[in-house]
Amino acid sequence: MGIDLFYPEYEIVRDQNRCIACRVCERQCANEVHHYDNDLNLMVSDTSKCVACHRCVSLCPTRALKVVKSDNTFRENKNWTHDKITEIFKQAQTGGVLLASMGNPQDFPIYWDKILINASQVTNPSIDPLREPMETKVFLGKKPDKVERDENGQLVDNLPPQLELSIPIMFSAMSYGSISYNAHESLARAATALGTYYNTGEGGLHEDFYKYGPNTIVQVASGRFGVYKDYLETGAAIEIKMGQGAKPGIGGHLPGEKIVGDISKTRMIPEGTDAISPAPHHDIYSIEDLHQLVHSLKEATEYKKPVIVKIAAVHNVAAIASGVARSGADIIAIDGFRGGTGAAPTRTRDNVGIPIELALAAVDKRLRDEGIRNHVSIVVGGSIRCSSDVVKAIALGADAVYIATSALVALGCHLCRTCGTGKCNWGIATQKPELVKRLNPDIGCEHLVNLLTAWNREIKEIMGGMGINSIEALKGNRLMLRGIGLNEKELEILGIKHAGE
Amino acid sequence: MKRVFVNEKWCLGCHLCEYNCAFANSGVDDMVKALKGKQINPRIQVEGDNNINFAVSCRHCAEPLCVKGCITGALSVKDGVINLDSEKCVGCFTCVVSCPYGAIMPGDNGKVAQKCELCLNNSCGEPACVTGCPNNAIVYEERG
Amino acid sequence: MSEYVIIGNSAAAIGTVEGIRRKDKDGEIVLISNEPHFTYSRPLISYLLWGKTDLQRMKYRSDDFYDKNKVTALLGETVVKIDKNEKTVKTQSGKVINYNKLMVATGSRPFVPPMKGLEKVKNKFSFMTLDDALSLEKAIDKSSRVLIIGAGLIGLKCAEGIFDKVASISVVDLADRILPSILDENASGIMQEYLEKKGITFYLNNSAKEFEESSAVLNDSTKIDFDILVVAVGVRPNTELLKEAGAEVDRGVIIDEKCATSLDDIYCAGDCSQGFDLTQNDKRILALLPNAYMQGNCAGKNMAGEAAEYNVCIHMNAMGMFGYHIVSAGSYDGESYTVRDGENYKRLFYKDNVLKGFIIMGDIRRAGIYTDLIRKQTPLSEIDFELIKEKPQLLAFSKSARENKLAKIER
Repeated sequence: MGIDLFYPEYEIVRDQNRCIACRVCERQCANEVHHYDNDLNLMVSDTSKCVACHRCVSLCPTRALKVVKSDNTFRENKNWTHDKITEIFKQAQTGGVLLASMGNPQDFPIYWDKILINASQVTNPSIDPLREPMETKVFLGKKPDKVERDENGQLVDNLPPQLELSIPIMFSAMSYGSISYNAHESLARAATALGTYYNTGEGGLHEDFYKYGPNTIVQVASGRFGVYKDYLETGAAIEIKMGQGAKPGIGGHLPGEKIVGDISKTRMIPEGTDAISPAPHHDIYSIEDLHQLVHSLKEATEYKKPVIVKIAAVHNVAAIASGVARSGADIIAIDGFRGGTGAAPTRTRDNVGIPIELALAAVDKRLRDEGIRNHVSIVVGGSIRCSSDVVKAIALGADAVYIATSALVALGCHLCRTCGTGKCNWGIATQKPELVKRLNPDIGCEHLVNLLTAWNREIKEIMGGMGINSIEALKGNRLMLRGIGLNEKELEILGIKHAGE
Repeated sequence: MKRVFVNEKWCLGCHLCEYNCAFANSGVDDMVKALKGKQINPRIQVEGDNNINFAVSCRHCAEPLCVKGCITGALSVKDGVINLDSEKCVGCFTCVVSCPYGAIMPGDNGKVAQKCELCLNNSCGEPACVTGCPNNAIVYEERG
Repeated sequence: MSEYVIIGNSAAAIGTVEGIRRKDKDGEIVLISNEPHFTYSRPLISYLLWGKTDLQRMKYRSDDFYDKNKVTALLGETVVKIDKNEKTVKTQSGKVINYNKLMVATGSRPFVPPMKGLEKVKNKFSFMTLDDALSLEKAIDKSSRVLIIGAGLIGLKCAEGIFDKVASISVVDLADRILPSILDENASGIMQEYLEKKGITFYLNNSAKEFEESSAVLNDSTKIDFDILVVAVGVRPNTELLKEAGAEVDRGVIIDEKCATSLDDIYCAGDCSQGFDLTQNDKRILALLPNAYMQGNCAGKNMAGEAAEYNVCIHMNAMGMFGYHIVSAGSYDGESYTVRDGENYKRLFYKDNVLKGFIIMGDIRRAGIYTDLIRKQTPLSEIDFELIKEKPQLLAFSKSARENKLAKIER
């Protein structure tokens, strides 16, 4: 065993003057950090077990608790940082691949924060969204090249199937298994209430949630878990998952111990077997192969549903997207390298892929240059954190965005990034019944609806400021954006001018 | 009338309701001052084991056995709410042996009974157990 | 012609008024009581002497009760005759009052058995009514030596009430233990020990052979000197009015589940009545205040034309002695489960898959859950009996039973 090399990263500070020993912290911590000491007549905490999820902090009725970052430090070194040193400790002890949860936390540029939005002054007056109509509805799917008429001059309906969104925001894929039943129910109900969509991820669709089918995107991923006729027919759209921003090029692995009960049934694999999603789809090695799967799924659903192909933002994303657009897909979803995950190899999460802002700008430009932009809608995800991120994404050329981490935060997630332990104190990334019940979908749904309602108001406000009254008119309108603190190359890729130009 | 209802599906067994109740009925304006170092005797009680938890407080029965059996007339029904006049109560606890829910109990000093009055007679105005419940396991609403 | 006449002014009578007024808001109610007082709670007389209540607070209902309920109260009037054919009642002062529906809630009176030399005792009291209590209070002082005949509920509550105001209290009872009607032998012993520690002297399995003016000689020749004598050996139901009117009377007046007597339009409730006892499966006198109220309330509803039945009558008692509490209910019949932990004592009685009765002393919290099991005759196989033995808790019930209790409105 040797020496314990780890000093707790976080410290629990308890104000004993305020602590009334109600023991709520003790009862609410699945990591068993707190307990009541009968000899001391005090609540005490074992800081080493704390993951900084803030469940205790949030529920403490007298605000007697806080979690602070430990100031215990190694000798300062810009190269050998705290993380690098402790990761070596960890691997030296375990010999294992480092695993991490949620999105890339490293200090890479966040382009959303280096882009500024325009507003009208004097000419092209701004619009007050409280007084004038403001359209946030969008339709996702292939748009026809031209208007067709029959011999009598009547319009021919040549519009391929579309997804209709009341707001340009959808909940992206999170499987039942990686998140809880109650989290799924919250997402499903919120999507229905908001007039948008949530996504099953690769976990199948629990039978209880078939009723939310009209607002559900069903995913087909490399493991094909839970995929069968009814599943495909129930969803409003089908998404083929080729990759994920948090771990491009990597498959997934849900250990057998989590494949129990409803999860096993929903994934359609025996209890106790590992759910391994291969890194590639074993039947897809080319755009032609992808074309086949797209059309197989369309055949299976009588060409009534749009097919989405989701790819991770990687170096050649523009060329890949061009291929995808030609594969027959109706929508391309691109996931940036800050996108979340339940678990990914740390090195992959932190070093593979590219920022969504650059990927989006490159893909939109490429498809326009090739004259096929109308063949597909573009949905982007991978850390959309607020309404201005949405506005910027649309102005860069997206049709809509995917959010997941933001949605989880609305459900209570405090980004403690220990999803993999299965002990999520907020009832989200866990299957333990006593923890799952902590997320009441009545509350979860309400919070999600509140969040997106608020964002939608802000989007209207910002659009109004630019004198724009619809998402359609904002889409790809890069003139509304300016970069700040960006170099020539970055501005060129983003297709925007620098602030002041 | 609005009543307190409990949904054990969502009860986490955190016992916050008990502390919020004890605080609401303490007459003190600071929770720390009201409860620090004290054994609480709340009017709502959480029951349960490792799997099931639920809170129990006065149901404000339409045919209240406690009121009917009260030997002093200290218990009475006003607008559907069962109130206890602690001035009249002598602490015989006939109500304790009458209540099918075990929701009326000896008060702090053991000399008179106490019960949930829906926080209508303290400064809260609406049940503190409900407003403080983190998971909507206790609700205050009309049910048919 | 009065719609309703009620004889009596205690729990059963008040229950009747409230039962009638649920439906009939206006029908005239005449209430006749031989006591001159506003309705008060009889069991509170010991608390009055103890100083835990006063004349105002011990009123059973608020001062505006008669007005609010449109009751004509004839207080200090004694009814001497019921004429079931004419449908009238006649009072001692000669008033004749017609009724359409009649409630007889005449209660009971202290029973004083013949005892040799009792007539020589000047300072002797019963302990039943407010007037009894007030005259006893007047008679005692710090130097009084009090002899109480009877170690039942009335005798002991009297002892508690006057304890701080007198010099000594001796209690004599024919039975070999105290509170035999509500406690088992263990509990009697525990309570006796507790009261002896307080300073009360018991002479059990004994009785007063002969009285002098201020002394008594017991069967075992013990001589007790006293200044005040309280006779609390028991009560007798006041059934005479109805017996003379021709109603079926056993020990008490026989009533059915509607609390009606065998005579048309005449109801009876409270200590003078003999109704069905669920756990005894027989008609019994259950002289308990909650029972009196509920019988009166049931009768009142029926009198006003609202169908009601009261058939879950059980023995149920709560009493404290100097802060040490006893609750009990049902009958002490069948197998039993006993736990004793310091001052806490609990015994549950069960038979034929139902809880029949219980005795709890000390920690009485939530005992009503047990009472409910008895009252509803809940099959023990439907609950977790081990859990409920441990302590009264709703966790012992099924999920759906709990849902009915906690997520729905009780009907």
